[in-house]
Amino acid sequence: MVDTNTQTAAALSVPIIEMRHVDKWFGSFHVLRNINLTVRRGEKVVVVGPSGSGKSTVIRCINRLEEHQKGQIIVDGIELTADLKNIDAIRREVGMVFQQFNLFPHLTVLENLTLAPIWVRKVPRKEAEEVAMYYLNRVRIPEQVHKYPGQLSGGQQQRVAIARSLCMKPSIMLFDEPTSALDPEMVKEVLDVMVGLAEEGMTMICVTHEMGFARTVADTMVFMDRGEIVETGAPEAFFSAPQNERTRAFLSQILHH
Amino acid sequence: MAALLWLRRNLFNSIVNSIVTVILSAILVWFGYGLLRWAVLDAVWDAPDMRGCHAAGSGACWAFIREKWRFILFGRYPFDAQWRPAIVTAQLIAMTGLSFLPALWRRELIYAWVAAIAVSAALMFGGVLGLDYVPTDLWSGLPLTLILALASMALAFPLAVLLALGRRSDLPVIKLLCTAAIEFMRGVPLISMLYMASLMLPLFLPPDLPVDKTLRALIGITLFLAAYQAEDVRGGLQAVAKGQYEAADALGLGYWLKMRKIILPQAIAVVIPPLVSNLIGNFKNTALVSIISLYDLLQDAALSVIDPKWRGLTAEAYIFVGLIYFVVCYSMSQYSQWLERRLNRSRRR
Repeated sequence: MVDTNTQTAAALSVPIIEMRHVDKWFGSFHVLRNINLTVRRGEKVVVVGPSGSGKSTVIRCINRLEEHQKGQIIVDGIELTADLKNIDAIRREVGMVFQQFNLFPHLTVLENLTLAPIWVRKVPRKEAEEVAMYYLNRVRIPEQVHKYPGQLSGGQQQRVAIARSLCMKPSIMLFDEPTSALDPEMVKEVLDVMVGLAEEGMTMICVTHEMGFARTVADTMVFMDRGEIVETGAPEAFFSAPQNERTRAFLSQILHH
Repeated sequence: MAALLWLRRNLFNSIVNSIVTVILSAILVWFGYGLLRWAVLDAVWDAPDMRGCHAAGSGACWAFIREKWRFILFGRYPFDAQWRPAIVTAQLIAMTGLSFLPALWRRELIYAWVAAIAVSAALMFGGVLGLDYVPTDLWSGLPLTLILALASMALAFPLAVLLALGRRSDLPVIKLLCTAAIEFMRGVPLISMLYMASLMLPLFLPPDLPVDKTLRALIGITLFLAAYQAEDVRGGLQAVAKGQYEAADALGLGYWLKMRKIILPQAIAVVIPPLVSNLIGNFKNTALVSIISLYDLLQDAALSVIDPKWRGLTAEAYIFVGLIYFVVCYSMSQYSQWLERRLNRSRRR
């Protein structure tokens, strides 16, 4: 969050996501309580917390997969309201990678990558295919271009999913536990791609349990518990001297086993 | 040798099984021989009328079909112009056959259909190029059955997709309207749909807009089929994983692109078997148009035996049209199984 983080270069630039006093309920269950979060262009935010703490819900509110009931969310200067035009405009700027990959099983890898650029961005097919090949090379699986998702391993599918988001040239990438559904030996290939992306200056918000990854790339760590942001801080301070009791309890559980 | 082994293992592997096999075989042979004798050995292929048939043999009187096949297939359509519906029938069957091949699913196929429909309409109606005008009242038999079945199929499917999407819509008014329409159309028998289309539709429409009786029947059949297919499609929509909707949303595809490119292709692939079941049912359902005095294939068969010269040859007439219905329905069924296997092959998860 915000002011605790002013020393990093990224944080000096303009805010690209602002969440102000956001509340959300699922029925009578209060999943998000007074969330305040500012992400600046180029900043990498890693959100951690126990399951059910609302961390996925926070990032799903940013591209309106979930609707918030109170407060304001402003992405790249556009406020998220019920206005469908604004929602689609924001979704074009915000890429998302899911835990379960969610590739389109009836389309080839190439078609998965070019569909949205062609139909949403109106990019000519040939150009869209060139862009797709560029990103497939980036995630290091250009040879899979004509296969169907079902023929790929989990790690390969997730890398295709990352490439699919990148083909839309988003200014923000959201990662919702991108390695949680993977076999252990495939986690690294996906994290490597994400680190590469971070090094290039992409604005990223990652929900993850990979603490090593968090240490490497995060500008800001966010710890959530029971729908609240409990603590925010730069990773060195966050891991070595967490301020809040709940953060300490969580970190000791996750780091010592 | 292998056949003998198979027999032994499957039919004669115990005393009880051997007895059952022998008894059942005897019954089958007895029935089979009876059928063979009636349909082929004792059948009469050439006779001037029913009396001649009975004199010549005790089996089926196929001479009747030889004499009446044109009436059964084309019914009341003017006799000298029956080459026109014959061409239309052949053309529709050929086009449908071609449309079955996924290799030909290209834009050109749509143009070919537009051309085929234009030619069919010109031939059936006439009134152009020196052809005599034939009103739809005189359309009859196999071409009528095919036209009703194919046209209702083509019109009902898009309607079904829209109804299914509407029923799952977030907009309460659309959801209510689509649900009500589906439940109403599914909740009445097709016969009452046809009566409604035939008798009530003219009451709602302005009197100076005469809607053809055949067209009214087509509307009734289409709405009925659409309601059933809408429920099939809805089942498919529910089978598509939530993550697919979310991934499409996250890419900013918007509602219609999401449905057209991502959700519907997957949803429809899942529900091909029930969709085809409904198409097969629909093909046979077209026979019900006889209750609003349209003369489809089955009705023409029924009429053909009224002729005093050939009275009472119902079995022959119904077997003849029954075979036509069977060939069409069985082809559809086989095709859907083939299509399913093909889709599974290229879209393995």
